[in-house]
Amino acid sequence: MKIVVCIKQVPERDARLRIAADGKSIDLTGVATEINESDQYALEAGLRLAEGSGGEVVVLLLGPDVAEEAIRRALAMGAARAVHLNDAAFQDADASSTAKALAAAAAKESPDLVLTGLQSDDAGWSQTGVLVAERLGWPSATLIMEIEPPAEGRIKVKRELESGWFQWITLPLPAVLTIQSGIYPVRYATLKGIMGAKKKEMKKLAPADLGLEPGAVGAAGRRVEVRRLYVPEKTAEAEILQGDAATAAAALVDRLQKEAKVL
Amino acid sequence: MAGAIWAITQTEKGEPRGVSYETIAAGQRLAAALGKPLEAVMLGSGVRGAAEKVAARKVERVRLIEDPKLEPYTPDPYAAALRRAVEAEKPAYLLFPHTYQVRDWVPRLAAALDAGFVSDVVDFRAEGGEPVFVRQPYQGKLNADCAFAAGDGPRLVSFQAGAFLADDAAKGDTPAEIVEQAVDLADVEVRTQVLDTFQEVENKVDLSRAEVIVAVGRGIGKQENLGLVEQLAAALGGQLAASRPVCDNEWLPMDRQIGSSGQTVAPRLYLAVGISGAIQHLVGMKNSGTIVAINKDANAPIFSVADYGIVGDLFEVVPALTAKVKEARGA
Repeated sequence: MKIVVCIKQVPERDARLRIAADGKSIDLTGVATEINESDQYALEAGLRLAEGSGGEVVVLLLGPDVAEEAIRRALAMGAARAVHLNDAAFQDADASSTAKALAAAAAKESPDLVLTGLQSDDAGWSQTGVLVAERLGWPSATLIMEIEPPAEGRIKVKRELESGWFQWITLPLPAVLTIQSGIYPVRYATLKGIMGAKKKEMKKLAPADLGLEPGAVGAAGRRVEVRRLYVPEKTAEAEILQGDAATAAAALVDRLQKEAKVL
Repeated sequence: MAGAIWAITQTEKGEPRGVSYETIAAGQRLAAALGKPLEAVMLGSGVRGAAEKVAARKVERVRLIEDPKLEPYTPDPYAAALRRAVEAEKPAYLLFPHTYQVRDWVPRLAAALDAGFVSDVVDFRAEGGEPVFVRQPYQGKLNADCAFAAGDGPRLVSFQAGAFLADDAAKGDTPAEIVEQAVDLADVEVRTQVLDTFQEVENKVDLSRAEVIVAVGRGIGKQENLGLVEQLAAALGGQLAASRPVCDNEWLPMDRQIGSSGQTVAPRLYLAVGISGAIQHLVGMKNSGTIVAINKDANAPIFSVADYGIVGDLFEVVPALTAKVKEARGA
């Protein structure tokens, strides 16, 4: 089976974030990046399905030149090839204009399945996968924790509900699934994989290649805009206990006994 | 822009979920700020009883959309039903609770309507008659003020659980009228088939009863290091718990997980060790009595809900704290 996995490049989890001069975005100069965590799990799930069925994984990413690093990593992990939506017109997209471009690119591949993470660690809209599904006219299911190999044109998946509840459902292919973190342990790229990735195809596409007007994608196609990005004011200020580990620990125990009276 | 504000409620086992009232509370505030009427909407099958409960709140009316295809919940008929109601009535705003179910179907509706959807909102204010919505991107490290681009289409907003209080949803002087909103779903194909809905059997640890919880996060680095935190939990006579990444890595079983996808707890004392405090974790523990955070990053969001904090290396702080706790408790 043929599987398209949509991934996003995001700042590393512990990266120090600086607000850019426009006050609306992050200055990514010199910031270490990684593949969005739940997208890594989506990639792992896709690779397992492809390996089990003799199929291939095509990785799809919308982002600037620097996002090639994330694509190389996905190829090193085992994706067969990549499609990189990389054009100035794609920049500063919202979830809606991102999904429009991803759906058009996914449609060109005619896959059996599109996988992506349940949400990004940066913007965190938790919409993109399902938006892509509606644009494609395909069924979707979110927060997937387990996938069974497809049979008779349908796929059986386990969804996570809230408060420890789960659900087994089936849906017809082609379909879009958004993957929950933790579905399977994510593999590391091997040295052989890293070397092999250099020879794999990485197709760069612009809006015209997808039959989209530049005004339909990126900033021009947005339905929602960020007016300002800023460090939140701390609402409740914690008392930070100073000193070396032993001093701070002693001060904490003192507070817990005398102030909070919980020890 | 004409049109009402719709608060879309959610039911569970025929009852309105608590978050539905949070959405109504947010809707009442938005209605007051924008001078628009607020209506509640309920989708389902056999949910008139739930609609009557919602009708006790101060809303202009409750629109009840009932169809056998809306039970059990699946995304296709939900998106189709609300889309048809929206096209008939042309509301200005659609408000939702940011639940897993909403995340499963509301983006479909947004794409079908080609409408904007500001999700996971924690607050809003009106600027020049237009609402500006506050979100917390980058794992809650930053705030973003968001606005809708110009356009006539409906505007979709979902609110984070706990951002508005259910108790703030004012009651009306008399019950609101319940209007049956007729939508024809005859041509809508229900593509998703629900086989089984269940709770994992191994979910045996009930952390909600614990008086003291020591929760460990990604900062612990690897499973072999958990012993340090176990010793602290033992010294405090508390339960060991974890944030999601620890359970995802299978360092601790899923039934130890605190947060939106795990258990919700409010012990007397909660210690968060090496947990940065992503919102998914905070919603599961922020109502705890006394909260202590130990983290190397002074800017970690966990410190914004903590009463006491130690900024430092947990591998030094935790053993020191275990020793001091033992001393204090005479062990």
